[in-house]
Amino acid sequence: MVATTQAVATVDLLRWMPLIPLLASLINMFFGARLGRKTAGGLACVAVLASFAIALYIFWLLPATGMFRDTVYTWIESGSFQVKLSFQVDALTAVMLLVVTGIGFLIHIYSLGYMDHDEGIVRFFVYLNLFIFFMLLLVMGDNLLVLFIGWEGVGLCSYLLIGFWYHDHANTIAGNKAFIVNRIGDFGFVLGLLLLVTELGRQGIWTLDFMELQQHVNLLSPERITLITLLLFVGAAGKSAQIPLFVWLPDAMAGPTPVSALIHAATMVTAGAYMTARLHFLFVLAPETLSLIATIGAATAFFAATVALTQTDIKRVLAYSTVSQLGYMFVAIGIGAFSAAIFHLFTHAFFKACLFLGSGSVIHALDGEQDMRKMGGLKAYLPTTYWTYVIATLAIAGAPFTAGFFSKDFILWQAYSSPRGSTELWFVGWLTAGLTAFYMFRQLFLVFHGECRADEHVKAHIHESPVVMTVPLVVLAAGSIFAGWLGAPEYLWGSLWDHWLQPIFGGAHEAAHGSPTDEINLTLLTLAIGGLGFLLAYFVYGRASKLPDRLASLAGGGPYRLLLHKYYIDEIYDVLIVRPFTYCSRWLAQVFDPGVIDGLVNAVARGARGFSLIWREVQTGNVQHYLAGFLAATLALLAYFLKQQ
Amino acid sequence: MVPLDYYLILSAVIFAIGVIGVLVRRNLIVVLMSIELMLNAVNLTFIAFSRYLASMQGQVVVIFVMAVAAAEAVIGLAIVISVFRHRRTLDPQEMQLLKW
Repeated sequence: MVATTQAVATVDLLRWMPLIPLLASLINMFFGARLGRKTAGGLACVAVLASFAIALYIFWLLPATGMFRDTVYTWIESGSFQVKLSFQVDALTAVMLLVVTGIGFLIHIYSLGYMDHDEGIVRFFVYLNLFIFFMLLLVMGDNLLVLFIGWEGVGLCSYLLIGFWYHDHANTIAGNKAFIVNRIGDFGFVLGLLLLVTELGRQGIWTLDFMELQQHVNLLSPERITLITLLLFVGAAGKSAQIPLFVWLPDAMAGPTPVSALIHAATMVTAGAYMTARLHFLFVLAPETLSLIATIGAATAFFAATVALTQTDIKRVLAYSTVSQLGYMFVAIGIGAFSAAIFHLFTHAFFKACLFLGSGSVIHALDGEQDMRKMGGLKAYLPTTYWTYVIATLAIAGAPFTAGFFSKDFILWQAYSSPRGSTELWFVGWLTAGLTAFYMFRQLFLVFHGECRADEHVKAHIHESPVVMTVPLVVLAAGSIFAGWLGAPEYLWGSLWDHWLQPIFGGAHEAAHGSPTDEINLTLLTLAIGGLGFLLAYFVYGRASKLPDRLASLAGGGPYRLLLHKYYIDEIYDVLIVRPFTYCSRWLAQVFDPGVIDGLVNAVARGARGFSLIWREVQTGNVQHYLAGFLAATLALLAYFLKQQ
Repeated sequence: MVPLDYYLILSAVIFAIGVIGVLVRRNLIVVLMSIELMLNAVNLTFIAFSRYLASMQGQVVVIFVMAVAAAEAVIGLAIVISVFRHRRTLDPQEMQLLKW
């Protein structure tokens, strides 16, 4: 495959996009306490707004098949191997830039209201800005190393923000879990990266630059590419919460809700999908990896959706929903439909951020309550939150002409029709679409409809959120509808989106078989199961009935308990991995380290000590003894030299 | 005339007495005196050779040695007095502070 030759222009403005949030973060870090809460928060928002403005400007400047580059300096130089700290913006990056800075800005604004009562608000904005900085490095880096810095940086910020309320030990543990699980993925990522570099280096090409990699990728043997892409996918699975490394994401909800919206729904968790899309030229050469990715994506989508059915924590439902939607993205990647994956990433960012912020608004109104069993009837109290939530729910459930409808159908259609797709993949995705509709409407009904089940003293305080929180909700709700219109199928008004990303994924996109009639029929099928999910949710949860309890006790309550406990995955991991690991660690720490490592060191020390104990007898401190020694040595030397002559 | 060997043997004997004195005596003043013995044994050798070789160089060195020995005796005795004032003893076996 010949790389598409792209016009490269240098634009010095690029470096300011990550730099401004970094500066704001540093200023808040050192002077935040002196600036005061309002100024610090304002500064953070303005910094992201500035980045967003630059992103918009760049987006406006960017020609259809062009690319912008900005080299700051040469970072590493070793023979012919060069790594530059440089940024690039092409169509793919531009999409990510707009998502990261645009939605990031809205969430910053929202945080002003949400974190208003929190004493750590300055620290919060320091982390949030730092996150934007690293995320921009990740999407803008023009080589794998810069991407990797961003990759690690966002992981760090995620860890810091999950454990933001560190007074509660559970939050710290959740942060640790996220970090450690991510480390496992990152390990695979690093191995893949090293393998890629050394394998290409063996062919005489020492580079990490995406464009050069794309040009020389055909030098690699297919087996190597499969191995490299598998390792890279391990990294992507860690970051994007795919089976088997998804366990950290639901726990990550311990962080403040804006963080869940920004990092664990809209941006960071999509980094895995972005990375695979960025390296699509590698992945398309590894069909085995791709089919594995598709399988894992479909399994994750279905599995997480079933868990979301039974969760009672408002944010956990959304967390599993995010895992499920990420699964969709990886299905799309697995069938080589990269632009569909990025499209779903784009629309998902809107409606999932909207849902998370809406849930944040609910939690805020209920004074920190997250249990949906203690909600209900909030429609009357929180009208703006309710209506934006409805729109976002419709979007994720795939109601016609909302964002989720276009992107999900696009993926399902590709899953069905593309040469790499299959009916099975489509079927799992289709089933998941029904589950998605069901659990989302279940949540909607539980939270906003019916009787209010909150405690009396909480009930007295329920209030609609301030304007700084509702405005982002409204904007995101609008995005949840209109963002999808860019990627309409051919039988409607055609996709602007495909056209836009065409130059990047050009060769990766293979012609789909199947007619527009098939596509419409499949869409109708998807709509039907979505509608079914809605109706079920309405009959079970929309009206006061005993149905939920009866469903729960179905088949002896076994299936329900299985789902409620998330298939006992955490427990299984605990028994299979965590416990043996901690047991080994404990053995190493309490037996091996003191016994063998310390033992060796102590033995050396003891030997030296014993030896000196013997020899210190020589040093009596008595001058006459020394003189005797001196004399003996002199005589000996004298005898020796006399003998020599 | 007394042959050179006699001088050298006498000088070696005196030197050995000095060395043994330095090594074994339990009184610092006697140790100093033993050092003087060693110096004078060497002086005797110089003089003997000076005579034997009919050269004045040996005698010049002896003058130097005597001057240095006088200075050494002064400083040595001063140290001895100082040590005695501190420790009320002149036994070198008792002066073992510089050890492990």
